[in-house]
Amino acid sequence: MLQDMLKLFISNKKALVGVMILFTFILIAILAPVLAPYHPRQDGTEDRSFPLQADPGGEHILGTNHAGYDILSRLIYGTRLTMFVGLITGFISTFIALTFGLVSGYFGGRIDDILNLINNIFLVIPSLPLIIVIASYIRMRGVLPIILVLTITNWAWGGRLIRSQVMSMREREFIKVAEVMGESKVLIIFREILPNIISLVMVTFFTATLSAVLSHATLEFIGLGDVTVTTWGSMLYWARNSAALLYGAWWWFLPPGIFIGMLGASLAMMNFAIDEISNPKIRER
Amino acid sequence: MKYFLRKTIWLLFALIIALLINFILPRLMPGDPALVVVSQLEGADPEALDAIRTAFGVEMDRNIILQFFDYVRNIFRGDLGLSISHFPAPVWRVLSQALPWTIGLVGLATLISFVLGTLLGITVAWRRESKVSDVIISIFLFIRSFPFFWLALILVYFFAFENAWFPLGGGRDVAVRAENTWEFIRSVAYHGFLPGLTIAVSSLGFWLLTIRNNMINVLAEDYITVARAKGLSDSRIKYNYAARNAILPSVSGIAMALGFVVGGSLITEIVFSYPGVGFMLYEAVQQRDYPLLQAIFLFITIGVLFANFFADIAILALDPRVRDGDK
Repeated sequence: MLQDMLKLFISNKKALVGVMILFTFILIAILAPVLAPYHPRQDGTEDRSFPLQADPGGEHILGTNHAGYDILSRLIYGTRLTMFVGLITGFISTFIALTFGLVSGYFGGRIDDILNLINNIFLVIPSLPLIIVIASYIRMRGVLPIILVLTITNWAWGGRLIRSQVMSMREREFIKVAEVMGESKVLIIFREILPNIISLVMVTFFTATLSAVLSHATLEFIGLGDVTVTTWGSMLYWARNSAALLYGAWWWFLPPGIFIGMLGASLAMMNFAIDEISNPKIRER
Repeated sequence: MKYFLRKTIWLLFALIIALLINFILPRLMPGDPALVVVSQLEGADPEALDAIRTAFGVEMDRNIILQFFDYVRNIFRGDLGLSISHFPAPVWRVLSQALPWTIGLVGLATLISFVLGTLLGITVAWRRESKVSDVIISIFLFIRSFPFFWLALILVYFFAFENAWFPLGGGRDVAVRAENTWEFIRSVAYHGFLPGLTIAVSSLGFWLLTIRNNMINVLAEDYITVARAKGLSDSRIKYNYAARNAILPSVSGIAMALGFVVGGSLITEIVFSYPGVGFMLYEAVQQRDYPLLQAIFLFITIGVLFANFFADIAILALDPRVRDGDK
């Protein structure tokens, strides 16, 4: 069944494009030292330094920034941390969402009442303002606090989705049968329910990763992340703070945004494809 | 009635939680923000300083529950303390200058994008076999993947900098006075166009995709087939039969999308230096104006909670099952 899913996934045009873009970015992240012409913090060789805010062309395809760093190299190296924060946050959020969804949806009753209340609260509190307030209290050093803050607000949506799916699954015959046959609850959850909500878990993962990437970029852009590290978001922060817009340095602020959008689009396309595949009503005839 | 009551209770409960979060945050944070705030406000009016002390928990000797009640009482009296960056202006006065701008800009842009996105989503689902639908969906799937602020940067660059068709930022022409009503409105609309466009275009995809998926599910229902067999007109089936039911989950789905849209819109204000709540939030962050920061967060949350509440109430009018049912 998993193989069929995979075949269906690859034969879907949107999914294929999405997977290809994602793998390209993963490759860029892994091969950054090979692909990038310079180190992201290299401002010249021993005998000469790079010009500051150079126009694109020649030795610097995308020019240099205010500190004389090569923009293309920063773009390539920035893929690493941007992807890392996005994927890890997506992964942890999905894990929390799944745990919440399974427990709340399957056990129901009092447990569900309490957990669902918490979930609802996290759903209605606007996440970006909350992230901003928290981030303005703690100075972000390194990526760990950023991942933590992003995760706090990121799990609720997926959790709700999985919970309602598990709740409807609980009423199906094959679960009832397993219960009557005396299978343990843990076994039912992991052997009967989990395999049937894999596509939903994947949707949750892609959505959580997408929103993590966007929130992370936003946080960096307004200077609340760690702007000393190289990410696409921090590139945009420095571009704006160095008035790149006002001297027309499109090569500085266009590429990071396009990369964010491409990464986001690849996640969105895979999501869309899963929707099409797992929901026959939406699937193209 | 039961439904209305339940939603009202939920609203009140959520409001209390929002206050609680606001109350607890500064107390949880490392580095004791309370002392920072109070030391920054040295020499201020003692009564106002008291409100700050309550809000940030300097009176550690007092019972925390009593502190919370003090805090809530202060808020209901409109006493949110003093702003540090606009010292000695009270937070409430600073905030109330920004509120109309945001409500006007974000509210209007969101409303437009909701209506357009929903109509477009209905059409795209109705004509899902056509290539045009595919293209429209792909475009908005793509746009939705960009951060709001980046689209804002691009618009500023191309339409305000490269071609000076629109102002680079701000909310109105400073030379235009409010007494000069028409001039003033024209100036505000002129300045609000690009940020409004950013918000509308960026958030359209959220509404479009939600309603599209619901609509496709509804269109597969048997009663649509029956309606077709009865020979009802296409537009009647499309709007009265399908869209009317498809819009219900969309209205309650507002909660999710609204969170994204509001967050993104506030960041859009920053790029345009628009004199609204978002830009003020940015300034408060830059200047460590914690009292203002907390107040802004409280207001954003309250705004979103009420928007959700009204969406729930709108369902009452749209869904006879909720309206007449006992649920």
